[in-house]
Amino acid sequence: MDISTTTDVPPPASQPTIAERKRAARGATRPGDRIFLGLSRGSGILLLVIMAAIAVFLTYRAVLAISKDHANFLTTFEWNTNVLEPKFGIAVLVFGTIVSSVIAMVIAVPVAVAIALFITHYAPRRMSGPVAYVIDLLAAVPSIVYGLWGALVLVPHMNGLFGWLNDFFGWTGVFSWDEGAPRSMLTVGILLAIMILPIITNVSREVFRQVPQMHEEAALALGATRWEVVRMSVLPFGRSGVISASMLGLGRALGETMAVATVLSPSFDIQASLLNPGGGTFAQNIASKFSEANEFGRDALIASGLVLFVITLLVNGAARLIIARRAEYSGANA
Amino acid sequence: MSTAAVTDKRHSTLRAASLPRWTPWVIAAGSLVLGIGISMAAGLDSQVQWGLIAAVLFVLGTFGVAARVEGRRQAKDRVATSLVWVAFLLAVVPLVSLIWVTVVRGVKVLDVYFLTHSMGVVADTEPGGGIYHAIIGSLEQVGLATLIGAPIGVLTAIYLVEYGRGRLAKAVTFFVDVMTGIPSIVAGLFILSLMLIFEMQPFGFAGSLALAILMMPVVVRSTEEMLKLVPNELREASLALGVPKWRTILKVVLPTSVGGITTGIMLAVARIAGETAPVLLLVFGNPFINNNPFEGAQASLPLYIYQQFANSAGSGAAFDRAWAASLTLIAFVMILNLVARGIARWKAPKTGR
Repeated sequence: MDISTTTDVPPPASQPTIAERKRAARGATRPGDRIFLGLSRGSGILLLVIMAAIAVFLTYRAVLAISKDHANFLTTFEWNTNVLEPKFGIAVLVFGTIVSSVIAMVIAVPVAVAIALFITHYAPRRMSGPVAYVIDLLAAVPSIVYGLWGALVLVPHMNGLFGWLNDFFGWTGVFSWDEGAPRSMLTVGILLAIMILPIITNVSREVFRQVPQMHEEAALALGATRWEVVRMSVLPFGRSGVISASMLGLGRALGETMAVATVLSPSFDIQASLLNPGGGTFAQNIASKFSEANEFGRDALIASGLVLFVITLLVNGAARLIIARRAEYSGANA
Repeated sequence: MSTAAVTDKRHSTLRAASLPRWTPWVIAAGSLVLGIGISMAAGLDSQVQWGLIAAVLFVLGTFGVAARVEGRRQAKDRVATSLVWVAFLLAVVPLVSLIWVTVVRGVKVLDVYFLTHSMGVVADTEPGGGIYHAIIGSLEQVGLATLIGAPIGVLTAIYLVEYGRGRLAKAVTFFVDVMTGIPSIVAGLFILSLMLIFEMQPFGFAGSLALAILMMPVVVRSTEEMLKLVPNELREASLALGVPKWRTILKVVLPTSVGGITTGIMLAVARIAGETAPVLLLVFGNPFINNNPFEGAQASLPLYIYQQFANSAGSGAAFDRAWAASLTLIAFVMILNLVARGIARWKAPKTGR
């Protein structure tokens, strides 16, 4: 707060000049202060510089690659960089990344919100602590282990579900299945949902915990059931927090590499059905193609990484703007 | 729990719960039996499907019974409760399964020999070999990343909370938020683009740089939250005694929040320790022991897991080694988490709820 602008305070006995007041408000005058301020501000600026450097260097290498691309970078269904006339494009990757992330969000957000409510409002008091801890453990498991588990345990378990979906919803085309190994976008989406569940749960939980107790008690006093309390006071208060949590989860799902690389059996075409193997995501493609890529191939992968970077930037930026427009939500003080 | 009875039950929707307290349990048991029965009759072989059918029956049964006896509002309430319980059980199943599978498969080859030997001359299909080189690589890369990332993160958080005013602070806050969303593989590609420009070969420290980039925003956010928890009265008391601001921060604010900051850093370490993608691009992997993170390809635990898995085709010695290394990695990360949370509880600043 700037002291010099507050005019409605009662004037003290001897009024300091405006210059003096400004100096008092600014504080940092001693050398130690200046050094410390410089250090901490420098770190902040360094973070901005890193972000800028990421954008600049990725763009630089991407331009090198795209300028030699003999096909349209945005619409080509091919990734062939080790030949004389390289052709590569991101159409398949855009589709696969969005589809798998959307599946993950559709599954994870409702479940995560329910678990957050369970921890804050439904679980017996003695249980909520351990449950929150178990969810934290889910968050701590490295993604490569999820990938291993997905390939060994989740994939075989999908057969039943896929058969059922094919029997009843196969006519839609989206859920038709050719009885291949269930290493498809739907399996990837489910695995991603499990992986982003903890982060959405944790952020939502923190927000739900900050709902003013008065709101809930007021609803209870009006005779509301527990669900009505949740619907009328908890969810409206926590909406922006849930949105930000979901966006964080979406960011994770978009950029997840190893779990997708181990579970999906990729191909460079777009499958209309979610159940048939094929397709690919940005991150998975980079990880799978990297070892066989020459220097030009690496530049091409960097170009696709730049697109992923821009997408995640947009998602996160949008989330921030949504939250900024809604009430002043801060994770720390409520 | 209110048990006040409303006298006129026919005309009021204001009815209290009147089903006995054991009702949900009975419905749960009933739907479980029914679910298993239906699944057996239909010849479904996956237990996951049995559970899902039972869960659906549980929610429907709860609604039916409650709507019949207590009215629609209570029924909705009970359905919400049962849905929330089902969601919780849904989340626990994968975790239990994952830990169970990892432990059962991991203990097969996990022993002292495995921890103290490298892959050296062991071919992927042969049994034997170990993860010593990967542990060394992981510790060095993560350690260096922490040395770079943690101080920058903490200082940035101090800037934002203690000094941050105006446009720069807003920009830093915004981009820290955006930076938390950077996929790990993009951080890897960034360092890779630098390495391509300077024509460098893979080495451990390059991985550290990418991991540090991933770590900074996490540390900034958690430290920021902790610094905001420090009551302003403490700062004001110190400043009123004539203590310079930087000494106030170092001697009053940081010691008050040191537990939370340590926890945040340790959780960030646990997160980057499991990152595979940047290491895959920058450190490359190496079956031999390389103690020097500044020269030559190194191994790392997550990368070792991926490479052993990728070379195994789903069975054999390499597959077993992948699981044993997974168990080691999970154990390391979990211990880090446990200790971090222990510190958080032990040093927690006293706040309200």
